[in-house]
Amino acid sequence: MKETPLSNCERRFLLRAIEEKKRLDGRQTYDYRNIKISFGTDYGCCIVELGKTRVLGQVSCELVSPKLNRATEGILFFNLELSQMAAPAFEPGRQSDLLVKLNRLLERCLRNSKCIDTESLCVVAGEKVWQIRVDLHLLNHDGNIIDAASIAAIVALSHFRRPDVSVQGDEVTLYTPEERDPVPLSIHHMPICVSFAFFQQGTYLLVDPNEREERVMDGLLVIAMNKHREICTIQSSGGIMLLKDQVLRCSKIAGVKVAEITELIQKALENDQKVRKEGGKFGFAESIANQRITAFKMEKAPIDTSDVEEKAEEIIAEAEPPSEVVSKPVLWTPGTAQIGEGIENSWGDLEDSGKEDEDEGGSDEAIILDSIKMDTGVEVSYIGSHDAPIVLSDSEEEEMIILEPDKNPKKIRTQTISAKQEKTPSKKPVKKRKKKRAAN
Amino acid sequence: DTSVLAGVYGPAEVKVSKEIFNKATLEVILRPKIGLPGVAEKSREQLIRNTCEAVVLGALHPRTSITTVLQVVSDAGSLLACCLNATCMALVDAGVPMRALFCGITCALDSDGTLVLDPTAKQEKEARAVLTFALDSVERKLLMSTTKGLYSDAELQQCLAAAQAASQHVFRFYRESLQRRYSKS
Repeated sequence: MKETPLSNCERRFLLRAIEEKKRLDGRQTYDYRNIKISFGTDYGCCIVELGKTRVLGQVSCELVSPKLNRATEGILFFNLELSQMAAPAFEPGRQSDLLVKLNRLLERCLRNSKCIDTESLCVVAGEKVWQIRVDLHLLNHDGNIIDAASIAAIVALSHFRRPDVSVQGDEVTLYTPEERDPVPLSIHHMPICVSFAFFQQGTYLLVDPNEREERVMDGLLVIAMNKHREICTIQSSGGIMLLKDQVLRCSKIAGVKVAEITELIQKALENDQKVRKEGGKFGFAESIANQRITAFKMEKAPIDTSDVEEKAEEIIAEAEPPSEVVSKPVLWTPGTAQIGEGIENSWGDLEDSGKEDEDEGGSDEAIILDSIKMDTGVEVSYIGSHDAPIVLSDSEEEEMIILEPDKNPKKIRTQTISAKQEKTPSKKPVKKRKKKRAAN
Repeated sequence: DTSVLAGVYGPAEVKVSKEIFNKATLEVILRPKIGLPGVAEKSREQLIRNTCEAVVLGALHPRTSITTVLQVVSDAGSLLACCLNATCMALVDAGVPMRALFCGITCALDSDGTLVLDPTAKQEKEARAVLTFALDSVERKLLMSTTKGLYSDAELQQCLAAAQAASQHVFRFYRESLQRRYSKS
């Protein structure tokens, strides 16, 4: 679906409100929306909600051979997908620009900052390394995808546990989660992106823009920082020209925000760890709050299947078993056999010479069709025996002798024009052929 | 533990190449959690789509498209049934006109013939046959069935009867959760 354009009055309204330091949702200029982090049952699965923007992150790992020029390092792979669920404008072919931009930013933030120790992902140098794959799915777009995605990525990576591996000489043993507890990844630091939206050529600044604000902004500045106040990535887009002190001010704000967010992440990870250790229930199903009216849970319900067997037996007793359809292949010459016949050529009238043959075939087959129609109430066994005596009007053979299964008498069919007694006047066949197509 | 998130967009604009002149075009998109969607997802999409086709009153919205997007949040067995349930609920919540509700039930038969409803991933892997049915709410009729493995026709009828009994519970769940949802307004 095409994106609905933003009306001029809405645009003006938003800009005026920003000039007066007001935001539509009542936040202050430097306020973030509510961040909620929940984990799934598998390790490495999390959903991050930044206001209404939702991102699902999942980390998975696989043993592969390393890249040729980096034989001792593991491979990190990031993939952000803008699901069609996120906004009606996100259609499979249409979001490439935005998608590429987000993916690239995410990669620079997480890969180039070396937050994950890739050397520790090596199992056998030059042969086997871990490939860690981070899949992020945007579930709802309400602005500031990059922040939510970076938080989801780093939380998922911190939550993930990879299977334990031990190397003894030449032998590599991969332990399943049941044999040995899976091992967390070694993460040096947690880079988190903070976005700043600029309006009116850099005069006004907002942190964490929501979707409407993103639409009217002039430019975006993204700073990825970790809690040690090190800038991992910085990117300015939109063509706004910023002064040095503006950028410095933004980085200070980012420092404060990142500290808060990192604390939140740590708390969430600890909580989840605690619940898992105590054996409590965890996972998304549990994290849906019970008190909300729109959420509903039902406990496992045992189903009474005691009468299932009797019911089933009844049904089978009433239904006749399907007939034994024995296909009798007809041997023409050694190496050529024919089983059954094809359906009549339904390509329509080809030429006159073909017409009469088709007519005859049509009439013949139409009669069978009638009798089949009458039989529809009856079981399968009857239909099985009408093993389609249909003429192959295109075949080159002059004569075909078909042996029918028991019931029907032998029929001799010829392609030659003469000699078809029995049949109905030639007017009818055309109509009956049409009926056959309708039945098809 | 299996969770699926469903979103429905529609009736909305449809590309001219895909439009059907007398009914709505139904589209189902299933996104797996890891990796890019592959053939298995495509086949599940088609199964879900065919079930919806039988139930949605497309004739009321000709030349439009009704798109269902499903995101697998976690997979711990009985995924297709979960997707079917999510789709039905999402269609109801979106207000798409339907002639009946439908639900998905999975049944697993293990090597000694014991029937397990709603199997976990482990049970599915060790089962001799796994059968998934889509049943409608009006007369518990069968809308779609897909099976994997070896089973006899008696077992098929048994599984179907068990699924029909189980569908009662699922429809009761639908009813109660919808009551809660609309009780607010």
